[in-house]
Amino acid sequence: MGAQLRLLRRRIKSVKSTAKITRAQELIASSRIVKAQQRMQAAVPYEREITRAVTGVVSNTSSVDHPLTVAKENPSRAGVLIITSDSGFCGGFNANLLREAEALRGLLESRGIQVTPFVSGRKGVGWHAFRQREMGGQWVGFSRRPSYQDAKDIADTLIESFKAEDGIDEIHIVSTEFVSMLTQNVVVNRILPLEVVETTEAPKDGPLPYFEFEPSAGAVLDSLLPRYVESRIFSALLQSAASEEASRRRAMKSATDNANELIRVFTQQMNQVRQAEITQEISEIVGGANALADSAAGKE
Amino acid sequence: MAKLQVGVVSPEREIWSGEADMVIAKTVEGEIGIMPNHAPVIGVLVEGGVLRVKRDGANDLVAAVHGGFISVAANEVSILAEAAELGSEVDVAAAKDALQRAQAAIEASQDDADAQLEAKRNTARLRAAGEEV
Repeated sequence: MGAQLRLLRRRIKSVKSTAKITRAQELIASSRIVKAQQRMQAAVPYEREITRAVTGVVSNTSSVDHPLTVAKENPSRAGVLIITSDSGFCGGFNANLLREAEALRGLLESRGIQVTPFVSGRKGVGWHAFRQREMGGQWVGFSRRPSYQDAKDIADTLIESFKAEDGIDEIHIVSTEFVSMLTQNVVVNRILPLEVVETTEAPKDGPLPYFEFEPSAGAVLDSLLPRYVESRIFSALLQSAASEEASRRRAMKSATDNANELIRVFTQQMNQVRQAEITQEISEIVGGANALADSAAGKE
Repeated sequence: MAKLQVGVVSPEREIWSGEADMVIAKTVEGEIGIMPNHAPVIGVLVEGGVLRVKRDGANDLVAAVHGGFISVAANEVSILAEAAELGSEVDVAAAKDALQRAQAAIEASQDDADAQLEAKRNTARLRAAGEEV
């Protein structure tokens, strides 16, 4: 067997085993997207209710003056929460996120604001550690299946450093929004300080009722606003998890397709080489037989 | 008589929703009972409280609710709990076990805040499941 033939056979074998792995990853990701989407759906009622409660409280108190809603006039430090994934094999998911985070950092720094990154997900942590950037906080191990407790941990750290005397003045969040199986967008939102939008427009379902508060409006707001921030972060984590799986499925699908294409090309080459070898052998035999016949004819 | 539309939701899922005649919850100020046509109110719930929903022709719905809020407006009651569990879903043996462990930790050191919280939560879980604690 020719050396070239052996080489091609070996490559086909290796590409085939890679294709098996990527195919399996693709199937796993597809089934996980469904679960991640269900979890996103399950979180919607709470989010809706808490938004309604916040709206209720804010529209009932004449002046909202809470540490979490007051913007500093000259912000000098900002925190950026970057939600990346724990594992790779998901195409440009993390690269896109980190690029956007870098752009935000550039923008903030051009305004003279110092940026502290807070990173969730092993990939983002690795990226920052490699560049020796100091992180305000890092969380790993739950990017595929975030629980509310994880969101709470992140929110606690963020709120604490926001409230601290010489802490950060604003917090942005860079995450991936899940639009559909095919579309996921990187989005940048400011989560703190919360913006109170005053409107004179009448709410859709009639005027908001005049609430009583137990124990008091201030106390309710005190515990409501952190929950609201937690719920925003939780929703970002869930969307990010679904996006991660969707983008992994897409990356693995194109990897499988590419592997199959490679196998096709190599098989063709291999057949050609094999055929050429056979042809050569036949012509050698025929040539040899002819030579024998000629020499036999010469003796007679 | 008007009915209350009740929804019990936690961040991870909707736990229960349906109609009810009366809702009893425990806020930081004390127990609050909500009947139809109650004035709009938003209250902060205590850690380790028991929520009771009285219904017509059915057993009371009991749930252990840990932290969160109750908001009432126009006969709609939403309970936003950080974590909540229906009484029928509570694993009694596990809760008892956890309670004992927490109590042992409290005895070991009085200012173990985590253990005290844990004890409160498990007491609420057991009471929601109808056990005497």
